[in-house]
Amino acid sequence: MQHANHKKHKPELTVQQKINRRNFISFTAFFVVGGAMFGGWKWLANAPEETPGITAGARRPLRRALNKTELFFRRIFSSSHPVKTYPKSRAAKRVRVNGDIGIDDEGFNPQQWQLTVMKGPEDALQLTLNDLQALPKTELVFDFKCVEGWDQVQYWGGVKFTDFIAHYGLQEQAKKQYVGMVTPNGEYYVGLDMPSALHPQTLLAYEMNGQPLALEHGAPLRLIIPVKYGIKSLKRIGTISFSNERPPDYWAEQGYDYYSGL
Amino acid sequence: MKAIKEKHSLLMRWTHWVNFPVLAAMIWSGMLIYWANDVYTINVGGRTLVQFFPQWFYNALHIPYRLAEGMAWHFLFMWFFMLNGLLYLLYTIFSGAWRELAPNRHSFKEAWQVLLHDLHIRKTAPPQNKYNAAQRIAYTAIIIMGIGSVATGLAIYKPVQLYWLCWLCGGYHFARILHFALTIGYVLFFVVHVVQVILAGWNNFRSVVSGFEVVEEA
Repeated sequence: MQHANHKKHKPELTVQQKINRRNFISFTAFFVVGGAMFGGWKWLANAPEETPGITAGARRPLRRALNKTELFFRRIFSSSHPVKTYPKSRAAKRVRVNGDIGIDDEGFNPQQWQLTVMKGPEDALQLTLNDLQALPKTELVFDFKCVEGWDQVQYWGGVKFTDFIAHYGLQEQAKKQYVGMVTPNGEYYVGLDMPSALHPQTLLAYEMNGQPLALEHGAPLRLIIPVKYGIKSLKRIGTISFSNERPPDYWAEQGYDYYSGL
Repeated sequence: MKAIKEKHSLLMRWTHWVNFPVLAAMIWSGMLIYWANDVYTINVGGRTLVQFFPQWFYNALHIPYRLAEGMAWHFLFMWFFMLNGLLYLLYTIFSGAWRELAPNRHSFKEAWQVLLHDLHIRKTAPPQNKYNAAQRIAYTAIIIMGIGSVATGLAIYKPVQLYWLCWLCGGYHFARILHFALTIGYVLFFVVHVVQVILAGWNNFRSVVSGFEVVEEA
């Protein structure tokens, strides 16, 4: 019983013991945390691809991150922030052509083209270019930004999307969350959130540099949406529709962000 | 006799080591993005001296045709980069640690003496506390560069909604150039930093993991 109440006295650590002890703790933590980070990286780099749907082609966690980030930046979106405009003299004479997806069919005749506006599932409006040109024309010289990273000051003319909505009495449709646009052959298609589509500088463009659109630029009517990367500015619009679900989007199916807003 | 001398706070060590893989991920995914419009060169007298980047470089790192993937990574890791940087900045400001870091009125003159000393031209180095004058300038510069990367990055990411930031960074086109140039700056910093750390030796390196240095005391 002699030692029962006898507390052990820990001897004071020597400096060398303290050094060893702190080194051990620090380096163990360093390698454990480092290993966990490396594991996290490996997990992300090898994460399974998302199930193809409205979006496709991205790894699942990365797609989730893109969508969450979209929600964050949608909160700071304001249609009262205009895209910077330039004098016409600054506009490029040779406007860059970056793709012909959806507009490469032989023998397309812009004269016979009509725009279909789906007011409802069974309710379509057919419009000609003359109909649209009868509306007020808006001109826009702005810095077009491609998702690839290049930008070019370009000069476009056409009908403001908001004017188009107002003129054809599409206010009810514009209360939905998304607009979808598709080329006549259905090969290129974009989905736009309504606040971006209703931005005052979104144009249904039929002119470039004061001239009717050339075929490679999307004749007879194309979208110019300056609050998005160029991938959203669909050439040769065939059909416009409205929905509360995200419409199909060509590049969102190839791993790109659905929102792609600037 | 050996003694423990405290050097780096836990938060400084944590943010330093978190920044390393996060910045690596940002630079790598940034290259996947840059490849899609790889127009930057360094020209002197009408001749291209450096091209960013040659094909062999892209091929070696498997960079081509991965723009979408690069953007997805970049716009996820940007959050970690910003949060980690913000944590460090707030700590450094409010703890007063900035006093040991920010250059003072002697630093620029002394940094020159440090450089001459490091190059074995000068025998003595100026007296210092935690960081010498050259370190004060370099480490403060790298933090300002970090802020610059976030600013120019946001400027080209949301040039319409953050139009004021885009304007502040010299416009969309110039902001992208700055964003790229800052990244090249990091890589150059990294090379010098690693060489200096190797030359400084184990005691110095360990202090960024364990927080202390071992010194001899009489």
